[in-house]
Amino acid sequence: MATSNNATFAIKENRLLSFILGPRLYLMLVGFVLFLAFWHFAVDVWKLPRFSQMPGLFPVLKEWTNPDPVYGLSLYTAEYYTHIVASCIRVFVAFALATALGVPLGLFMGWSIKVREYVFPVFEMLRPIPILAWVPLAIIMFTGLETPVIFLAFLASFFVTTLNTMLGVESIDESYFRAAQCLGANDRQVFSNVVVPGAMPFIFTGLQISIGVCWFSLVAAEMVSGQYGLGYVINNSYTNVRYPTIIIGMVTLGFVGYATSAMVRAVGNRLMQWRMREIAMSNN
Amino acid sequence: MKTRGQISIKDVVKIYDPEGAAVMAVDHCSLEIAAGEICMIVGPSGCGKTTLLNAIAGFHSINSGSIYMDGELLCGPGKPKASPGSDRIVVFQNGALFPWKNVIDNVTFGPVMQGKLSVAEAKEKARSMMADAGLSGAENNFPGELSSGVKRRVEIVRALMNDPAVLLLDEPYRALDSLTKSVMHEALLDIYYKNKVTIFFITHDLQEALFLGNKVAIMTSRPCKPKKVLTVDIPYPRSYSVVTDKRFRELMEETSEAVHEEAKKSFAAGEREG
Repeated sequence: MATSNNATFAIKENRLLSFILGPRLYLMLVGFVLFLAFWHFAVDVWKLPRFSQMPGLFPVLKEWTNPDPVYGLSLYTAEYYTHIVASCIRVFVAFALATALGVPLGLFMGWSIKVREYVFPVFEMLRPIPILAWVPLAIIMFTGLETPVIFLAFLASFFVTTLNTMLGVESIDESYFRAAQCLGANDRQVFSNVVVPGAMPFIFTGLQISIGVCWFSLVAAEMVSGQYGLGYVINNSYTNVRYPTIIIGMVTLGFVGYATSAMVRAVGNRLMQWRMREIAMSNN
Repeated sequence: MKTRGQISIKDVVKIYDPEGAAVMAVDHCSLEIAAGEICMIVGPSGCGKTTLLNAIAGFHSINSGSIYMDGELLCGPGKPKASPGSDRIVVFQNGALFPWKNVIDNVTFGPVMQGKLSVAEAKEKARSMMADAGLSGAENNFPGELSSGVKRRVEIVRALMNDPAVLLLDEPYRALDSLTKSVMHEALLDIYYKNKVTIFFITHDLQEALFLGNKVAIMTSRPCKPKKVLTVDIPYPRSYSVVTDKRFRELMEETSEAVHEEAKKSFAAGEREG
């Protein structure tokens, strides 16, 4: 076992090394630099027509890293983190609920024709309704400020997760079900040994989309109602003409959103070692 | 010879979509397979061989006729579909090792699910059976990491772990190159000598059929029924060199025309993979 552990370790080390030495890292950096350079030049140097009202790269960076920010929000203010935490908690609750309900529902819809026939038509009718159309209902149905916002974020996420999970079950090759039957597995065992792991790759693809959807419906909801959160920051800064703060809110959303979907991806890879190894084999 | 795994197929008819297109896949097919025999079913692709296998395994119903195993009705009048069970295990055309389970968990799946053995007992049995089949060392790999030849062998061991009466193999070596195939054939015979299980083996490769089988049933193109059934009178154990023996070549000559005829018919009818 020791040798195989060493081998895995060596491979991991190699991966890191090849990431640093290979083109990927540099291409990524060049991409970022080009994007930021365009922003800077378009706003502050060339002063392109549609960009004149926009805050430039350096003013935003200056405000963001200012211990005493002109518009009241920067890396040094406690309020900045209050907003991030408020949004994160809402996303966490909404995403957790959507996963806890969406995955089982999708599994049953994929597995049982009966469940699918009951649920799918209703589901497909509700799914295309934009999240913003739910805002009035959410406010009528739920009291307080938190629950309507969480409900809206949950809803968007739930549809994505359920649908992907169902498709995941449908994607499982019939011969795995037959093999399990031959080998004497009962329905419950087929469910936990074939349906769940077989749908897993689709489920995690779905969860990555779902957490993204969760973020953008959350921000939409926060812009409509709320006292905290990054969506609120963006909307509030707009009404109060604090343009650099809008960008700070947007960029922060970008980073936090990226981090959360990376976390979902990491959990998926951990749970699906078999898939990682399969992919690694086919790349060699 | 074992007393388990004797199969009688009597007048079986299978029609797909009887109220619509009414495609007759199997037409009054009768075939006797003795216990502990390797019966090779040879026929052009899409002729209905797999339909017959599915009926025995219990994946599909039949429209009339009956199939018995060891005197007990699998399917027939009043019971159109057999219930799948671990006495008849299928090794699938494209392989059906669970890609999300490692080799040892795949191999122990049957006895553990049925509660026949504890996980530890099953693992011990699996290790010894895998060692017998020359598969030691692959226990912790996932199927995706193995070559197709090794995967097939693991799948056969997974089946044998359940001590089945019949192994139903559906063109298991179809995707393998001919060199690997010849190795696999000898490995399968090796397993057969040790386990003496009845083998129902579907193929469209006549040489494979004659090399492995002691009974070869050449099937007609759709609808499927035996056109010619012969016994291969070459004693086991067979080594790969028998293919160049005089008797083997005689048998090839005797049968290849029948197979070719059906292949032509099937081609003319435009049959596709089924």
